[in-house]
Amino acid sequence: MIAFQNVYKQYGKMSVLEDVNLRINPGEFVSLVGRSGAGKSTLIKLLIGEEKPTRGRVFFGQYEVNKLRDKELPTLRRHIGIVFQDFRLLPNKTAYENVAFALEVAGRLQGEINELVPQVLDMVGLGDRGKNFPHELSGGEKQRVAIARSMVHRPEVIIADEPTGNLDPIHTWEIIALLQKINQLGTTLILATHDKDVVNSLDKRVVTLDQGRVIRDEEKGKYILV
Amino acid sequence: MFTVFSRIINYGLNGFWRNGWPSAATVAMMVLSLIVSMGLILFNVFTSSAVDSIQDKIDIAVYFKTSTPEDEILRVKQSLESFPEVKEVEYISSAQALEIFRERHKDDVTIRQAVDELNSNPLQAALNIKAHRADQYEKIDEYLKNTSISQSFAGTTYFRNKDVINRLITIITNVNRGGFVLTLMLALLAGLVVLNTVRLAIYSNREEIFVMRSVGASNALVRGPYVVEGVVSGILAVVLSVLISAPMVYIANPFFKVLIPELDLFRYFYTHIILLIGYQLIFGVVIGGLSSFIAVRRYLKN
Repeated sequence: MIAFQNVYKQYGKMSVLEDVNLRINPGEFVSLVGRSGAGKSTLIKLLIGEEKPTRGRVFFGQYEVNKLRDKELPTLRRHIGIVFQDFRLLPNKTAYENVAFALEVAGRLQGEINELVPQVLDMVGLGDRGKNFPHELSGGEKQRVAIARSMVHRPEVIIADEPTGNLDPIHTWEIIALLQKINQLGTTLILATHDKDVVNSLDKRVVTLDQGRVIRDEEKGKYILV
Repeated sequence: MFTVFSRIINYGLNGFWRNGWPSAATVAMMVLSLIVSMGLILFNVFTSSAVDSIQDKIDIAVYFKTSTPEDEILRVKQSLESFPEVKEVEYISSAQALEIFRERHKDDVTIRQAVDELNSNPLQAALNIKAHRADQYEKIDEYLKNTSISQSFAGTTYFRNKDVINRLITIITNVNRGGFVLTLMLALLAGLVVLNTVRLAIYSNREEIFVMRSVGASNALVRGPYVVEGVVSGILAVVLSVLISAPMVYIANPFFKVLIPELDLFRYFYTHIILLIGYQLIFGVVIGGLSSFIAVRRYLKN
């Protein structure tokens, strides 16, 4: 379970989040929508402990994220998978090594890694691309590697921050289908996006942010900006 | 623990080879810094050889009245030899002194005839004393002044040479001090150049560090490979710097020999190669590893 309780975030005098209260249950698929600067990315940063709230509390399962010390953050992040708009693959590692890395940092044994990575690469349709470096892959393939990396360690939650922002429509729908598939397997999915078509087609919960506030939170919602 | 350690080594080695140009640039800067540090070591060898060579040319002599019995002179010699400051004492009897005098003036007929006409040997026995360092002569002279047989002395050359010795002491002290300051400054500069190069290389990898942290890598697992890369760069730079320095020293050796004939810098280089590599390794590995350690730190917050 993820919860934001009366969360405020300010950078100097600029307020980015104001009194955000949000609760996300296990297994949900939640789309976070809003204009640029609405606070979507800040909310994600607070959840993974990259930023601390100015006020309020952020919970992730057993962790009160805002109270975690720097050295405790890696443990928290091993329960979360993150997919970025710009893929953020390690350029000096092959697709296989990028996916394996998420397991290696968690201290998994080599035997387990050798078993899980090919399975996940197969699942995202890249079973034959494991030896390729990121610069040898297309945008859609890179994003699929990023998704494979985010899910290989079976996290409770996957956060996808504008995962289709750099992709053409065909690859966009492939990625969305993949994310839905992962969600159907029981993983909570938080999708921060600008893509109206994607959100409207999902027919899932939509949380709308505007100027740092949650202005709408609907089950089976639509992309509506004021 | 072993798994984490072996993964750190593995990531570091892979990162080093796969990084290509940034790694090559870091190694190149380290090679330059190590050549500077090698130059500093050899410069210190050169200056200390120069100082030793000058110091070796200094000595003081104590002349004894002709009436002084030889065994008394030898007793003074013995007691001087027990001094830690004294490197060597040479006894020149009056007969030997005359022999040397004759030899020195063998081509001067007038002097030779004058000596032949003398009934007795007018030259005094002497002790030629060499100290380890120029600044130790004053202490030796002090001892000689206070010894019980000082009334047997006809004179010492210390007083006469005091100004020259003091000037040499000042020069030696300044050369040593200057060498130390120069070494320190250039070593610091070399260190800063390496640190900056590594910082730039790691700056270009900041996205990678962010990704590593976002998938839950611990600080050790993020920092470790970069430290390994720094150490590998250091080791490779040492090998290259020694390979480059060897012919340079060989070519420069004759020029140094002109200045100090007893100094063979190339011989010093290859007889001390293990020690030199050791110094270089300490410098290269520490500076490479430490630079990476410091450079990554700023990206490990949150």
